[in-house]
Amino acid sequence: MRPPIVRLLLSSVFCLLAVAGCLKRETAVERGNRDQILHRGMGPEVADLDPHIATTANDYTVLSALFEGLVAEDPKTLAPVPGVAERWDISPDGLTYTFHLRSNAKWSNGDPVTARDFLASWQRVLTPSLAADNAYLLYIVQNAEGFHKGQLTDFTQVGFSAPDAHTVRITLEHPASYFLSLLQHWAWWPVHLPTLEKAGSPYQRGNRWTRVETFVGNGPFNLKEWRTGQHIDVTKSPVYWDAASVRLNGIRFHPIEDLNAEERAFRSGQLHLTEALPVAKVDAYRRDHPDLLRIDPYLGTYYYTFNITRPFINEARVRRALALAVDRAGITEKILRAGQLPAHAFTPPGTAGYTPTARLDSNFDDARRLLAEAGYPEGKGTPVIDILLNTSENHRIIAEEIQATWRKELGIEIRLNNMEGKSVLAARRARDFQILRSSWIGDYNDPATFLNLWTSGSGNNHSGWSNAAYDQLLFQAARTADTAARNALFQQAEALLVADAPFIPIYTYTHVFLKNPSVQGWHPTLLDHHPYKHVWLDPK
Amino acid sequence: MFRFIARRLLETIPVLFIIVTATFFMVRFVPGGPFDSEKATTPEIRANLEAYYGLNLPLHQQYTNYLKAIVLHGDLGRSTKYASRTVNEIIADKLPASLQLGGLSLLIALVLGLTAGVIAAVKRNTKTDYAASSFAMIGICVPTFVLGPLLVLVFAIHLGWFSASGWYDWQDRILPSLTLGIVYAAGIARLTRGGMLEVLNLDYIRTARAKGASEARIILKHALRGGLLPVVSYLGPAIAGILTGSFVIETIFQIPGLGREFVNSAFNRDYTLVLGTVILYAVLIIALNLVVDVVQVWLNPKLKFE
Repeated sequence: MRPPIVRLLLSSVFCLLAVAGCLKRETAVERGNRDQILHRGMGPEVADLDPHIATTANDYTVLSALFEGLVAEDPKTLAPVPGVAERWDISPDGLTYTFHLRSNAKWSNGDPVTARDFLASWQRVLTPSLAADNAYLLYIVQNAEGFHKGQLTDFTQVGFSAPDAHTVRITLEHPASYFLSLLQHWAWWPVHLPTLEKAGSPYQRGNRWTRVETFVGNGPFNLKEWRTGQHIDVTKSPVYWDAASVRLNGIRFHPIEDLNAEERAFRSGQLHLTEALPVAKVDAYRRDHPDLLRIDPYLGTYYYTFNITRPFINEARVRRALALAVDRAGITEKILRAGQLPAHAFTPPGTAGYTPTARLDSNFDDARRLLAEAGYPEGKGTPVIDILLNTSENHRIIAEEIQATWRKELGIEIRLNNMEGKSVLAARRARDFQILRSSWIGDYNDPATFLNLWTSGSGNNHSGWSNAAYDQLLFQAARTADTAARNALFQQAEALLVADAPFIPIYTYTHVFLKNPSVQGWHPTLLDHHPYKHVWLDPK
Repeated sequence: MFRFIARRLLETIPVLFIIVTATFFMVRFVPGGPFDSEKATTPEIRANLEAYYGLNLPLHQQYTNYLKAIVLHGDLGRSTKYASRTVNEIIADKLPASLQLGGLSLLIALVLGLTAGVIAAVKRNTKTDYAASSFAMIGICVPTFVLGPLLVLVFAIHLGWFSASGWYDWQDRILPSLTLGIVYAAGIARLTRGGMLEVLNLDYIRTARAKGASEARIILKHALRGGLLPVVSYLGPAIAGILTGSFVIETIFQIPGLGREFVNSAFNRDYTLVLGTVILYAVLIIALNLVVDVVQVWLNPKLKFE
């Protein structure tokens, strides 16, 4: 028998726990299903709720409930559908877009959403002192870049105009068939300038208008409560123009950084949706709860960047050899195991109907031959090269796999250089690396968001690779309205890119997450966008 | 005693000054800055941001500006990560949860630890002692990031008594405080047992027994005071550990506390938030250590305030 005092201690602790828990309580998901309140895990906490300052995908997760742009997204295809603008006309030369705003579009404080609001918002985004990271997305508009860079101070010279309170006219630098998709980006959404003016300067950071007491939006939901680190509550807006078709009564966003904690919260009935799922748990869910596991395609490429200014890898044949000697299928099927696709070029296949034909396939014989041609038969005389990666279990495993393959197949020695995130970014800025682990997620559904990265002037091209013919092809593509002709230009550009291989494509992302079966209208979309007004809960 | 406290408080000024200075420069010499992001920012945007936060000034000027703002206005500056919040606001917002978690954990640690330690000492070398000592050993060995998820698995997911994460009602406080408290309870139990065993063999305890004092009186009145000494000196570092260690617990249980900001601010290179949290924790730890010292003198007649 156990000594009485220990028994007493144990039983009292147990009693305390039992009393505290009382009975099994109704879970948040059960309550949410009853009240049409969606509980969504959203990854790390949002820094702010200002669409012009927001930069990350999880900012979008919340902002898309609170704001609406001129055009909205189809819940299945993300194709542009009427938002604040009920219709639009495009001039025959593809340069001028005229948007007709609906008269019943309202801000959450009851004010009508007018053309003036849009113009004032775009002026704000482009004002240099705001230092909006996404301002470059507006550069497609005539003179917008000049205004943002301070070469032009008169905003009336930028290609925006408002002929009347319900008409917005936008003149572009060049025709762009993807312009309507671009408009779906949050950098283009309107803010209520009078509200911002009351809370501080609209053109400086640190404006406090996004607090619950002062917040004004124009989306299907209003901000109800924001407890930092705990939750953000939004509630259905009664004044939204399409309120009749909004079925959810509210959404509670849960910022949970730790993927394992998020998965536990899902399992205990606190979340309808998780932001992601730890790789280690994918198999278990696939086996035991396939009904909860969702693997959606995602518009992103995981790749390695070469610093082509460094000796050895400044030789295109060497780069191609290295790129050919990667066992992509092995990486996606044995390491990642969540539906990721081996990547053979830079643009993910099926991006707005475009699939690159130029390919870097996995072929060890060709790789050895190319390396021999470059003067390194069987890897003789090759220097040791570094792969720089930010600390993460997955990055390390993939790099180790590639390290092993290159050693075995090419006789090349690799050092893995593991650093904390911001240190990697600093090294990248100083171009102090040989091979850099990288990834790129599309801003909008179009090959341009991928291929523009490799142009000479791109701030995200860290390779030092520059090719005038490539730049010219993209310049031309941007000015081509016909989709087939434009895609042909993209194919030529991508072929140049693949031939020179300033990068090693590794895999195309998927979005892996958990979803409660009661969530309806949550379609797989390439950008992981899910317009909330089409979502509802059906407890069955 | 007041002179002792006054002198110790004066001593904290240079200590804090050194901490602020060292942190200020160390965090600047770490590679990467607040505006480095996966998507590169243009040089123009970076320049505007640096100008707004005063990061374009020479470093020594930034340093003196920072010190001036703290000393004159108690202003810890603006966060670069949370654009519309000041560091003072963030701390005011998130410190309460961390303090609650720390306070409750300490309470649990003391109640469980002292009880187990005293019982083990009194019932030395019996099954009770072994049970209490094993509890202590396990508590020391199992890290919080194992214990936390384990408790969630049993009590939140399988039994459904608690929420797996969140910080809303009083039930939400139990699992996190227990997780953090048990580790320190284990240490306290071992120290209490050791301290008590030593004291129980001393002459004055024998005298008390000879005078016919009841066993409870001997233990609680006479022995505990001396037996607690090692525990009290352990409390200084333990409190520091509980405060700064709350990061793991806050992450596991999704608690809106300052521990997460303390760690994440360093990853984000949010210079002002790093400094603000470091200063705050330094002040807390210095203050609590002072309290521990005072309690120690009060408990041990051999020590004097000097």
